[in-house]
Amino acid sequence: MRFIQILCGAGIGLLLTIPCVFSAENSVPSPLHPFETRSWTIPENSIDLLVFPLLQSHGIEPSLPSSDEIFIRRAYLDIIGTLPSPAETLAFLANQSEDKRISLIDTLLSREEFADYWSLKWADILRMKAEFPINLWPNAVQAYHRWVRDAIRNNMPYDQFVRALLTSNGSNFRVPEVNFYRAVQTRTPSSLASAAALTFMGSRMKQWEEKKQTGCALFFSRISYKKSAEWKEEIVLCNPAPATSTNAILPDGKSITIPADQDPRIIFADWLISPQNPWFAKNIVNRVWFWLMGSPIIEGIDDIRPDNPPSNPELLAFLEKELVSSGYNLRHLYRLILTSRTWQQSSIPQSSHPKARSLFAYYPVRRVEAEVLRDALFTIGKRGEEYMSPIPEPYTFVPEEQKNVLLADGSITSPFLELFGRPPRDTGLESERNNTISDSQERYMLASTDIQRIITRSPLLQRIIRTARNRRDEIIRNYYLFILSRYPTEEEALIAAQYFQKPKLRIKEAADDLAWVLINSKEFLYRH
Amino acid sequence: MSILNQKERRDKKQKQPTFMRTQPRCGMIRTTKILQQAAVGGSLLLFALSPIHAQEKSATDPSHASAVIQIWLWGGPSHLDTFDPKPEAGSDFCGPFTKPIETNVPGIWINELLPNLAKQADKYSLIRSMTHGINGHETAAYLMQTGHSSSEEAVYPGIGAVVSLFKGYDHGYTGTIPPYVILTTPQGRFSEVGFLASKYKPFVTGGDPNQARFSVEGITVEGLSEERTLARKNLLESLETFGKALSSNQEFIRFDKSRQQAYSILFGDTAKIFDLSQETDLLRNRYGKNKFGQCCLMARRLIEDGVRYVTINYSGWDTHGQHFESMRKKLPELDNGVSALLQDLSDRNLLDRTILLVGGEFGRTPKIDWEKPWNGGRGHYGKCFSVLIAGGGFKGGIVVGASDATGENVQQRPVYPQDLLASIYLRLGINPDAILPTPQNRDLRVLPPPTKTSPRNILLEIMP
Repeated sequence: MRFIQILCGAGIGLLLTIPCVFSAENSVPSPLHPFETRSWTIPENSIDLLVFPLLQSHGIEPSLPSSDEIFIRRAYLDIIGTLPSPAETLAFLANQSEDKRISLIDTLLSREEFADYWSLKWADILRMKAEFPINLWPNAVQAYHRWVRDAIRNNMPYDQFVRALLTSNGSNFRVPEVNFYRAVQTRTPSSLASAAALTFMGSRMKQWEEKKQTGCALFFSRISYKKSAEWKEEIVLCNPAPATSTNAILPDGKSITIPADQDPRIIFADWLISPQNPWFAKNIVNRVWFWLMGSPIIEGIDDIRPDNPPSNPELLAFLEKELVSSGYNLRHLYRLILTSRTWQQSSIPQSSHPKARSLFAYYPVRRVEAEVLRDALFTIGKRGEEYMSPIPEPYTFVPEEQKNVLLADGSITSPFLELFGRPPRDTGLESERNNTISDSQERYMLASTDIQRIITRSPLLQRIIRTARNRRDEIIRNYYLFILSRYPTEEEALIAAQYFQKPKLRIKEAADDLAWVLINSKEFLYRH
Repeated sequence: MSILNQKERRDKKQKQPTFMRTQPRCGMIRTTKILQQAAVGGSLLLFALSPIHAQEKSATDPSHASAVIQIWLWGGPSHLDTFDPKPEAGSDFCGPFTKPIETNVPGIWINELLPNLAKQADKYSLIRSMTHGINGHETAAYLMQTGHSSSEEAVYPGIGAVVSLFKGYDHGYTGTIPPYVILTTPQGRFSEVGFLASKYKPFVTGGDPNQARFSVEGITVEGLSEERTLARKNLLESLETFGKALSSNQEFIRFDKSRQQAYSILFGDTAKIFDLSQETDLLRNRYGKNKFGQCCLMARRLIEDGVRYVTINYSGWDTHGQHFESMRKKLPELDNGVSALLQDLSDRNLLDRTILLVGGEFGRTPKIDWEKPWNGGRGHYGKCFSVLIAGGGFKGGIVVGASDATGENVQQRPVYPQDLLASIYLRLGINPDAILPTPQNRDLRVLPPPTKTSPRNILLEIMP
């Protein structure tokens, strides 16, 4: 414990935090091996210049730099949603170059898995689901997902991405982005406007004044849906305009006359994606920051409103400006955040100040998302869930080895993903995803035949045992490396070695027990 | 196995709204109508003063039912081939099942392959006038389980999650097994909790209770001794290096609580509840030595332990093809399982407090499809179907409503999903108009409010 908390006046409940290790080394806390390191190897970037001074002005001590072991695991999980392989980890740890962290970030940002993982986030907020209540239908979900994944892979400028989603016409199978207007429970103009506001403005339309709600719905009032001769094909298009023009109201309150010959969605989209728009850039930078940092700049994430101020307004404004001036280059935004010291801090806080989290004084731990967790378990045990649809629409078959982050359709039945908080994709709210631990999740991790079989039947763990040829310390080292992306500390190696000495316990059994322990450790289950 | 003709599906989907519009919801029979109005009045009065007070009262009111076993016949069972036989409608309707049997309640006849259920008709009632007009699995299932139309702007929780909300851990439930359990696989067509917090989600057992050992995910691990489990626990505690570095983290404190809770189940007596070898062979055989039969027995054990809501997800009723072959296989299973459950619950004095509900999302087309590729199959049919209800105070030996001569239309006393659900909620002491907690504090209720065009006609005929 480097800090003690003193309660002064229990009635007032005032919390005072006093560093208790004032020492000759100028109160610099010593790094906790193997999770932290003493000094930064990367320069401060422009984000840090906005984060650390604010922390200092609140008297909040930021965390220490994360160690290389922590960094590589975090980088893989956060950027591409997978664990680093043992070879990748060893190569990175052995690399002596100064800029190895930045070059790893660049490598990961250009990997195919980057698009896989981030299409999962978009599939959530765009509500990609074949069945009730969204009812996109399986073929349309696949087409839609592929379109989004391609856009991410090709780093399509964000403003164009949104404009395409909002203004396209055509078949749900052939112009997949039109599915934006199909992915709602009720296809009323107000419900479509509400979906656009939530997704791209981070704003809850129901909180607007009545006049704005009805005025904004008019931009979406000419969308219509037509069946074709093909089974479940649907054409989304803009209805022919009425002879006269209509008066609509933009979310900022401005009245606008929609000329008779114009598609009102285009007027809305062009207003939305203009650099001056007060919501557009703010919403996406806040989301991306939350996705990477685990804590948003504006609390509530998709509840941006005047009475919900950002925790660090300068930081938010800076990120918005960066996004706009980069030509809405999302990967530029990712890189900016990832190469900051702010993101690379240790997850062990140095301060228990109530604002430490919201002002980004440490990297907060979060349970790994359901899909990423299942994929990590598959990496270890080569055991997954298989799925076959019960009805032909057409028959959907998902093989065991399919990556879970790449599941396009939120209605694929999966007891595991369901248990671990996969969002139902009914509303597109960020809060639909639940990454907090529950009793039933813990029960499953501790006592299920599924987890037991992942361990006992893993060909990769068995290979480690074979290659180690009964050398227990080798098994222990390689299990740590494979499961936790680091070697054990001396103390850990000793404890594990003692366990292997237990009478009547075969090596394979002891190894299984160790794998079970590592998979059940918080270090495995959490991003940290 | 269900193979659906594309055209057929499309036709049905298009037909459904027309039916909803043209079928008036009231004006069936004068006498029942008076009863119905009284019912609405009564239910409103019951909760008019203070819904919160009503809920608190319900927790201790011994006159209420305390648990539900829902046998969910996934896919939609044929009403004609189960609880509403029509031997006089001719072979195009009744197929080979021409000899229904009379039950121990004179005048109530059911399918000939349900002889054990026929001996117990005094314990249950049959609703032969269920209707909603929807022929799509997911939307019909959603309506049957939530009472809400799929076109409302929210995804409502199913009845199991609502019971878990009002009768679970927030309201005095202390069991180690979660209050809402599904045997053995989730329904999967819609999220059971809807917009409710995930803590009201069902506990899905996985496994098969008809195996030598019922392996329940999160309760028992195949091939692992208690000694090894304990050794693992100790090793984990001494190797939790990162967790210890963050021991004051709120998330980790919560995590540790969950872990302790999980261990208390692992090393406690909970696993014994899932150990069917504690039952006699005689009883196990009476339930039927198949997955469904043993699920019924398992449901009784769970109810006995205090679990509030058990769903048995019993699939295989979506019989578009090979319908009659399937019925010959499934009806005896259903007959043994449900009749043994009724008898067993009754013998243990559990039936008075446990509601038993048997039915699916809809019925099946009364007119048999003899053409290829169905060769004697039945399609989806939401216009008229049957449900069996027993226990928890519901009277037995009564037939509610009636279908017409061919079972194609409701002839008397239509019962809509919300009528059935409201009746069950009232028996459980749950206010059907209670507000459900939503993240945005929206005004969303357990059931849609009764209106003139859509009154709430609770099942006064069979309520105490």
